Amino acid sequence: MNVSYKWLSEYIDLTGATAQQLAERITRAGIEIDHVENRNPGLDNIVVGYVTAREKHPDADKLNVCTVDVGAADMLQIVCGAKNVDAGQKVPVATIGAVMPDGMKIKRAKLRGVESQGMICSAKELGLNDKLLPKEMQEGILVLPAEVQSGTPIAEILELNDYVLEFDLTPNRSDCLSMLGAAYEVGAILDRPVKLPDETIEETGGSAADHISIEITAPEACSRYAARYITGVKIAPSPLWLQNRLLAAGVRPINNIVDATNFVMLEYGQPLHAFDADQLSNGHIEVRMARAGETIVTLDGQERKLDPQMLLITDGVKPVALAGVMGGANSEVTESTVNILLESAKFDGGVVRKASRQLGLRSEASLRIEKEVNPEAVIPALNRAAELIRQLTGGTVAAGIVEKVTTQHIRQTIQLSVEKTNRMLGTSLTAAEIHSILRRLGFEGNEAESGVFEVQIPARRGDITLAVDLIEEVARMYGYDNIPTTPIEGATTPGHLTKSQRIRREIRRLLAGGGLHEAITYSFTHPQETELFPTLSPNAKAVKLAMPMSEDRSVLRTSFIPGLLDTAGYNRNRKNEDVQLFEVGSIYVTDDAALAELPEEKTVLALLMTGKRSTPQWNVKAEPVDFYDIKGALDSLFSHLGIIGRVRYAADRPAGFHPGRSASIYLQTDAGEVLLGTIGQIHPDLQRSKDLGETYVAEILLQPVIDTTSFAIEYQVLPRFPAVERDIALVLDRKAEVGHYVNIAKETAGAWLESVRVFDVYTGDRIAADKKSVAISLVYRNPEQTFTDEEITALHGKVVAALEAQGAELRK
Amino acid sequence: MKERLHALRENVLDLLQEVITEQQLNDLRIKFLGKKGELTEILRGMGSLSAEERPIIGQVANEVRGSIENIINEKQEAFVRAQTEHRLQAELIDVTLPGRKLTSGAIHPLNKVIQEIEDVFIGMGYQVAEGPEVESDYYNFEALNLPKNHPARDMQDSFYITEDILMRTQTSPVQVRTMELMKGEVPLKVICPGRVYRRDDDDATHSFMFHQIEGLVIDKNIRMSDLKGTLLQFVNEMFGPHMQIRLRPSFFPFTEPSAEVDVTCVQCAGKGCRMCKQTGWLEILGCGMVHPRVLEMGGYDPEVYSGFAFGMGVERIALLKYGIDDIRHFYTNDVRFLQQFDRM
Repeated sequence: MNVSYKWLSEYIDLTGATAQQLAERITRAGIEIDHVENRNPGLDNIVVGYVTAREKHPDADKLNVCTVDVGAADMLQIVCGAKNVDAGQKVPVATIGAVMPDGMKIKRAKLRGVESQGMICSAKELGLNDKLLPKEMQEGILVLPAEVQSGTPIAEILELNDYVLEFDLTPNRSDCLSMLGAAYEVGAILDRPVKLPDETIEETGGSAADHISIEITAPEACSRYAARYITGVKIAPSPLWLQNRLLAAGVRPINNIVDATNFVMLEYGQPLHAFDADQLSNGHIEVRMARAGETIVTLDGQERKLDPQMLLITDGVKPVALAGVMGGANSEVTESTVNILLESAKFDGGVVRKASRQLGLRSEASLRIEKEVNPEAVIPALNRAAELIRQLTGGTVAAGIVEKVTTQHIRQTIQLSVEKTNRMLGTSLTAAEIHSILRRLGFEGNEAESGVFEVQIPARRGDITLAVDLIEEVARMYGYDNIPTTPIEGATTPGHLTKSQRIRREIRRLLAGGGLHEAITYSFTHPQETELFPTLSPNAKAVKLAMPMSEDRSVLRTSFIPGLLDTAGYNRNRKNEDVQLFEVGSIYVTDDAALAELPEEKTVLALLMTGKRSTPQWNVKAEPVDFYDIKGALDSLFSHLGIIGRVRYAADRPAGFHPGRSASIYLQTDAGEVLLGTIGQIHPDLQRSKDLGETYVAEILLQPVIDTTSFAIEYQVLPRFPAVERDIALVLDRKAEVGHYVNIAKETAGAWLESVRVFDVYTGDRIAADKKSVAISLVYRNPEQTFTDEEITALHGKVVAALEAQGAELRK
Repeated sequence: MKERLHALRENVLDLLQEVITEQQLNDLRIKFLGKKGELTEILRGMGSLSAEERPIIGQVANEVRGSIENIINEKQEAFVRAQTEHRLQAELIDVTLPGRKLTSGAIHPLNKVIQEIEDVFIGMGYQVAEGPEVESDYYNFEALNLPKNHPARDMQDSFYITEDILMRTQTSPVQVRTMELMKGEVPLKVICPGRVYRRDDDDATHSFMFHQIEGLVIDKNIRMSDLKGTLLQFVNEMFGPHMQIRLRPSFFPFTEPSAEVDVTCVQCAGKGCRMCKQTGWLEILGCGMVHPRVLEMGGYDPEVYSGFAFGMGVERIALLKYGIDDIRHFYTNDVRFLQQFDRM
């Protein structure tokens, strides 16, 4: 809502508060003033001129030479290129010495040999918003009404020595969608009374009821409908004062009737509509819900299809307006209109909101009705508009109001306890202080019993229905700054993270410490992306957004890997080719496409590595990452969480991966072994289609990890007897899994085999092409005593024999 | 014999004068002092001496050996010193060449901020609660005092999945879920971090997905002044001890009274600058006293209990804290952006 300071001052004394000061105080009391606009862009030496004559320029087709009276002794000769300039007009004239808002200085000049002593200005040249003006004035000069005095400063004529305060209203404060609402708010802040507009009306016509009638058949959607009948109106442009008011509020002036209704809407917050009464069948109004298949042509010339949820105004024969949204073309006020029916009604906000949304028709009127207008303003606004129309159009107002009321508005009374107020706010306000605040707000409050007020809420404040609403009013008027700052009293509570939260933090810390960057990628993705890595969401139906913003972000992710691949691609396009990322978050899975229940959100960790392992420098080689980097990262994590012994990797060809370089990861839980995740190089086809380098990814479910992790550390006694190390080289089939042989060694040796470490894997010229040589270091230790030679020889021999029995050939 | 010994000493001392290499020194040692050396050779004749002569000659022989050995040892030490000196010269390294760094990545700046905020509130006795991102209409709106026909519940503003299920638009549903879990127990002190979703076209300051942290406290006698005290303590721990807060009345359906909270501008310390539009204040939080209807729906009698709630956008805090110019950086994950946060 744009509130003109000058206009506001007609309802309340603003002495001593500048626009800026007022804006600050209003903001601090709860309505944010976004912006204070100075309406005068700097218009000194620009005055009203009267064009006494216009002649064609002798040497230029498009120029006119005008003789202009600016109220000075001498007439000015001004060359003007505007198409719409003509003799007899009052126009803004920038005289010699004027500086235009854009900085241009007006000097004496010769245009094609003819002297020009100033400039006739367009609205744009005056630095004014010309969007609300008629088209010919947007393209040409600004033409002023004939009644203005030549020589008067233009800023005075257009009432530009004014500021506009932009009220940024929260949804509960629609009462301030009106000048009077704003005045009440400012009145409460400044503790000054509000002056209401003059409500006297001259009714010299016959009885309105003889000409018009009203019937409401949709009482739920219309609690009150009132109308007046005005005869003999003459449509004309509005006087300047009215146009100035509307322009300050950002509303386009149209004609005296529309402008009067808009002016009153801005003043009272009550939208009004004027019908050409002679176009209504028998002057009748029926308010009813629309019927399926019904249509109406609205004021903008469009045919609108209606449905039974929309509230319609008809004349009993045909639809004549969409209630609260837009009038019908068939009953529009036109140049030839003589008699009008003026509507002021209370329509249901929700009904109007739905209709205006559905039809994509939003207006200043619908905006106000949607938020529920003040039911007690219906009649005062109707009277005010009728009187204004009478004055502006020379019409005659018929006697009386024709009205139907389906639900009487009852003013609310709310009890406000001084003690409760203080208990809620932490203040120690007295009853007198609270009473004073209520009075400032214009709320009648009687102290029914000691410390409890009976507060009658004015109808304009429909947002106040509970005691707490009143406490808020007291608090904001008392000033939030004046509320003390206290610590919470009562028992202290221990704050801590849950196990799951601790582990997720630890994962972040460990992986970031290990050189991976944490990414955050979008939860929404393209449906095709959810099919790329389905292993952790088998049989899942994608969770689809009902109205996505784009196909690319239309379903919820079922894997992090596609998002991380896109991130790697984004980095690659920016020459960041060495990328190591991880992300911790949720995937969303359901097996019920209809979603009778919420989808399951599974906590997931994903890793991605591509490019070089580390930045090469003089003493660090530029080695590319491989499978064992990403496996190592996961293993470090599993070790850190104390669950490495429960984890198993199995070559498994999960979907989306390079079949020879990928695995499924299994975790031994207390309830048995579960699939934990997948790991490997992405399939070369996918790598190509995503335009990536060789890329390794892993994705695991975190809940099983969290469930099996224990924070207990059990100390192991340091060994007292020496260990014996034996290195062996095994020649294995190229396709054989070393892990298998490591397990054989462990199983065979039992507890005395302290560690097994693979320290070399060789393939090449020195052995057969289908073989590989694996060097393994075995460390044996007996915790009870030192091994004897015989013991160690026997034990190691058993291990070697077991390995050989599995096809390993000992390399001598 | 005595003469021979003296002659030997003279001879060796002369020869030692000319020794240049360690090898020559060793050769001399063997030649004169070794098992088959000349000194041993001379002493072999000791058997023919008389019992009186033997100790005298023995003493002379020891003196000769001692003086030769002394000189050889000195020479030897000189050689070692020279060698060490030589080695140290040769082993010179360039200390300005870069070292091998421990690899280090970064926790995402949004999570860094979330963790920091969590830690402040954990220190103040709060627990951290989480809830689903795909949420029912009831928890996201209805239980927060936004009835079905409320304008804020428009399809245009939220990502609905079915009529009753949507992407949560705020972390407040976690507050409702926590109230239900607590079954009316007090004190309740939680903060709820997480992702939220709103239909918004992405630009430098808007994103359809972003993060919030909300807090909720319920007990007997929780006052608005406690809310102010809590927020001031948080702001001081998060942004510094001299930061002030300012509450402005505002409106949220789930709190009343409601307020927006400004903090002293982090850029200009309140003097006024471009960042704070010359006001000296930055808006960072929304808060208020829990609306009685919300308490009721969460299973708390508003006549007995009261509470406060507050919420902030994590992105906003991170933008302010790190001086980041574009919210989209948080989701594009350019490693050159991410790696700037691998610091304390």
